[in-house]
Amino acid sequence: MSTAHSHDHDHDHDDHSHGHKHPHRPCAPDLRPPSYYELMEIAISELLAERGLIEPDEIRRQIEVLDSRTPAQGARIVARAWVDPAFKARLLANGRTGCEEMGISFYDDTELIVVENTDAVHNLIVCTLCSCYPRAVLGLPPDWYKLKPYRARAVKEPRALLAEFGTRIPDDMEIHVHDSTSIVRFMVLPQRPAGTDGLDETQLAALVTRDAMIGVVTVAPPAPPAKA
Amino acid sequence: MPDSSATHAPGAPPIVLALGEAPRFAPGTPVRILTRQPIGHYRVPIYLRGKQGVVEKVIEPAAVDNEEEAYGRNAGKRRHYYRLSVAMTALWPQYAGSPKDRLHVEVFDNWLEEAQA
Repeated sequence: MSTAHSHDHDHDHDDHSHGHKHPHRPCAPDLRPPSYYELMEIAISELLAERGLIEPDEIRRQIEVLDSRTPAQGARIVARAWVDPAFKARLLANGRTGCEEMGISFYDDTELIVVENTDAVHNLIVCTLCSCYPRAVLGLPPDWYKLKPYRARAVKEPRALLAEFGTRIPDDMEIHVHDSTSIVRFMVLPQRPAGTDGLDETQLAALVTRDAMIGVVTVAPPAPPAKA
Repeated sequence: MPDSSATHAPGAPPIVLALGEAPRFAPGTPVRILTRQPIGHYRVPIYLRGKQGVVEKVIEPAAVDNEEEAYGRNAGKRRHYYRLSVAMTALWPQYAGSPKDRLHVEVFDNWLEEAQA
């Protein structure tokens, strides 16, 4: 996605001299020829623009939209839920409107279910069909989330998978795996770690990582202050 | 929860719902995911076919029917969409973990039938 920048200039490239003017991508700085799928993506987006179905700026703008959604946004939601029980209740009742309350818009028709880790239940999210992910809140998923080994093993042997992330779930704790299939996205509300009573919301948010909101790890307690 | 049912205040004339307007399954209903292999686009992972779970929640609002949407036919057509809870041990006979471990997944109405508890 990050290589798919449109920019507005009118000229012909050596490898692209079909004699009409329209905005398109810069030449790739590397010498690797574009792959089949890269060529197909370029062809489709150029055709859509040529036919007037989308404006080239819409693609660029949507990349900006996605770039503004990062795990730091999700961490803000988690920290607020940790300090504000009324907000947490609303977030668990409806993840989408909970996030919208915090200014995080949903630019598509997806719904969000936020699942809460407790002393009794650990949650893990996956999309076995493809790569559904709470992008409106967390941005783009990590590459391993989209690969088949993670997708297959998350629903079949979650405990062994989590152990490889360094997360050991006690035998008497339930694991709930959430497989996203269409319009519903999931985000894990991790447990607030011990030793964080004195931290404010911003300091709490800084502890929350992307992987904790996917559910492959828990949130680690803050590091002890460095010795002077 | 049959489609013809109508809830109404005492004394009010009954309201008849359109076919398919109300969800077929209420939370708590045991359901089986159908074993079908249609040609086309659908959102039911193969590992779930023929497995039994329980309806946890009806997702509101009803979702655009993505089997039609995949072919550009999506003008106003929606299907009920259910969040199911399925025991991991029902999916994988050799499952290693707590018997309480569960999978949660959403499945469209046309892939479900009522099952025995």
